[in-house]
Amino acid sequence: MSHNVLEMKNIMKIYPNGIVAVEDVTLELQKGEIHALLGENGAGKSTLMKVLFGLESPEQGQIFLNGEEIQLKSPLEAIKKGIGMVHQHFMLVSSLTVAENIVLGIEPKKSIFVDMNKAIDISKELAKKYNFDIDVTQRVEELPVGIKQKVEILKALYRGADILILDEPTAVLTPQETEELFVQLKKLKELGHTLIFISHKLDEIKSICDRATIMKSGKSKGTYKVSEISTNEMSKLMVGRDVVMTFDKKPLSLKETALKVRNLIVEGTTGVVRVDDLSFDVKQGEIFGIAGVEGNGQGHLVEALTGLTKKYCGDILIFDQNISNKNINEIRKLKVSHIPEDRMTLGCAANMNIMDNLLSNQYQSSEYSGRFMLKLKKIEERVNKLIKEYLIKCKSYKQNVGMLSGGNIQKVVVAREFSTEPKIIIANQPTRGIDVGAASFIRQRIIEFRDAGCAIVLISADLNEVFELSDRLAVMYKGKFSGVFTDVKKLTEEELGKYMLGIKKDEVLEGIIYE
Amino acid sequence: MNSSNKFDILRMVLAVGIALLISFLIILIASDEPLRAILELLTGPLKSTRSFGNVIEKMIPLIFTGVGISIMFSANQINLAGEGSFHLGGLVATYIALNAAIPMGLSPWVCVLVAGFLGSLVTAVPAVMKIKTDSDVLVSSLMMNYIIVFFANYVLNYILRDPKAGAVVSFAIPAHIQLNSIIPGTRIHLGLFIALAVAFFGYVLLYKTKIGYEIRITGENMDFAKYSGINVLKVTLISQLIGGFIFGVGGGVEILGMYSRFSWTSSLGYGWDAIIITTLAKKNPLYVPFAAFFLAYLRTGASKMSIATNVPTEIITVAQGIIILLVVAEQFLSKYKHKMIAKEARLSLSNAKEAE
Repeated sequence: MSHNVLEMKNIMKIYPNGIVAVEDVTLELQKGEIHALLGENGAGKSTLMKVLFGLESPEQGQIFLNGEEIQLKSPLEAIKKGIGMVHQHFMLVSSLTVAENIVLGIEPKKSIFVDMNKAIDISKELAKKYNFDIDVTQRVEELPVGIKQKVEILKALYRGADILILDEPTAVLTPQETEELFVQLKKLKELGHTLIFISHKLDEIKSICDRATIMKSGKSKGTYKVSEISTNEMSKLMVGRDVVMTFDKKPLSLKETALKVRNLIVEGTTGVVRVDDLSFDVKQGEIFGIAGVEGNGQGHLVEALTGLTKKYCGDILIFDQNISNKNINEIRKLKVSHIPEDRMTLGCAANMNIMDNLLSNQYQSSEYSGRFMLKLKKIEERVNKLIKEYLIKCKSYKQNVGMLSGGNIQKVVVAREFSTEPKIIIANQPTRGIDVGAASFIRQRIIEFRDAGCAIVLISADLNEVFELSDRLAVMYKGKFSGVFTDVKKLTEEELGKYMLGIKKDEVLEGIIYE
Repeated sequence: MNSSNKFDILRMVLAVGIALLISFLIILIASDEPLRAILELLTGPLKSTRSFGNVIEKMIPLIFTGVGISIMFSANQINLAGEGSFHLGGLVATYIALNAAIPMGLSPWVCVLVAGFLGSLVTAVPAVMKIKTDSDVLVSSLMMNYIIVFFANYVLNYILRDPKAGAVVSFAIPAHIQLNSIIPGTRIHLGLFIALAVAFFGYVLLYKTKIGYEIRITGENMDFAKYSGINVLKVTLISQLIGGFIFGVGGGVEILGMYSRFSWTSSLGYGWDAIIITTLAKKNPLYVPFAAFFLAYLRTGASKMSIATNVPTEIITVAQGIIILLVVAEQFLSKYKHKMIAKEARLSLSNAKEAE
């Protein structure tokens, strides 16, 4: 257990938008270890692994497998060399069965047809060998997330992966599922596989990894034996300062009810009920957090609240006005701002410049336009002010938003949404996938708005975020609230996990409606 | 200027260069006197006032169509019914010129304006169909062009046709309604100023007005526009009404400026030319006159060449095709672009290190 099975030397990767994602990083893997790749979102972990898996070609650097230099031009070559990857977002065909997914592309054949029985046998054997409890004849779309991940792992193993890259495998899992995964990863290690475990969760790394390479903004901060480094030291290396995750909040001072939702039912496109009979109030001056594993109806709830969909039953009242007949523009005029979940599809136009992107909810106000013409001088002043105020890193407002980094794009979105003196802010995953600095800046802003008497609905899958920001916290599970907590500080992560998974469910939701 | 903009310009210049080079190669192979042909192609338009006049005359309709389509394309509406708008615009202008009794000074302007309004109806049909029935704008707009051409043929044959004339042409348009020539020795007419004004108007519309902003934002990311509270259906419809209007005006101006009788019996291809223009101009009306001049110059040169030598004008169609292919092909030179960006990033990295 000492020779290096894989070495990546001086890797550099620059993305087409000019961002240096990985700068001169060296990574050495010992045979049979679980090696953690640790770093905040945007530190370059995923990029480095994409290079290793042949998805990105580096600008500089070499890769050695068992001492021999290799060139990886595509994932196919990586797989042939025994490198497998389990992606954060699963690459499975959901309408096919588990067995079909596992053998996809290298199916056992009977003359020209796929030998389905053999495929099932192979898959069963594989699952047995690695101690995975899976029914291989089930369709993937019917499986919970935790099982889907196992299918991904089996898929990689079937392709002969000696080195397995796991890209934030626990991000989508509940605490219980995570533990189960860890047992299996240890088993894989025993069988001689080498694992790369990408994560930014320190306790997980402590519990299963042997060594850890820590990355910060594209650079390596060194490789350490996990047993010889404390979580405090790791977090210092990772963030560069002590993780300050507590925010100063003024004591809660509730004002009038801004948002009233009664018996809201939203159907998805396929007719499945996504939001199931929800009722809640949000008052000015509080942050109402909605936690939950993604895909439990949060998106549909936001669509209804912001007017993006009208296909719902029940009532949504904003300052006592029913919005069922109001279009998005009219809802926005009620001083509602919306930070969308996906900044690239809903939150910006990547090929337009920063000015155009900052303008979209303001160009109609008489301050910035006349009957036909835009008041470009005033707009320019405004835009420059916002860029300064929100610390948006750019050359000038003429730069296209698509050229900025994720964190800066999100700042553009937030700056725009916060600049209209909103009274209600619907923030859906406001800091997803951005660097720590930008994230804490945005969270700070959200708190400032709360202190100033804004009503805030915060939907987030980031537990840290909902814990630190929320004044009241509801957990969403399968379109319903499974629990509501008025004293967030008393809640533990473990407990919250149970509610998120639907193991625990409160029948009576106290404190969800003000009367 | 950042590397990305520089790169776009470089790509455009290279695309044009490569296209011309390939054309020269073909001429070299096909012609008995290739050097004379190439010289004629490049300098032919400059040899006389008359031939330079030809360039400007050809440029005028290209400006109208280029601006019209740029406004529709900016909203990401691939509406090609402008061809029909242009055709109908010419027909309507002729009809009014022959039938309505309008005060002398006003008449050309009335003809052109009505041509514009009817032109906007043509592009509106596919637009409304898209909104009401979700039909594909590209397909329905192309079909629309056939309807217009045959409708125009009907009107020409049964209403406007001058039986005494030898060919299928309308009655002669009275001289006082025609747009005057402004430079002696050429047919360059007042329409040049209208065209340039339209290009400027198009630029102001797209980049300085509220509706222009809405058009661009809808074209770039329709979901973002909806999320921002923009009525995207209204915006796409307006963009196509304005686009069709400009096409229609262009058709009217062309008839009143260049012809004395209406004689269009088949599709003129201005809708297709418009795509070339807007591609070269990157959808910015301000650049449209330059792109139109370039294309008009190339075509005039080609016709001079075909008169002087045995090389046919079609050779320039090949060049056009190559230019469009290279400009539109996102991957063309993408490796070079990446190198350029990587170099810039490395430079700023080492600068940052020095600063530390």
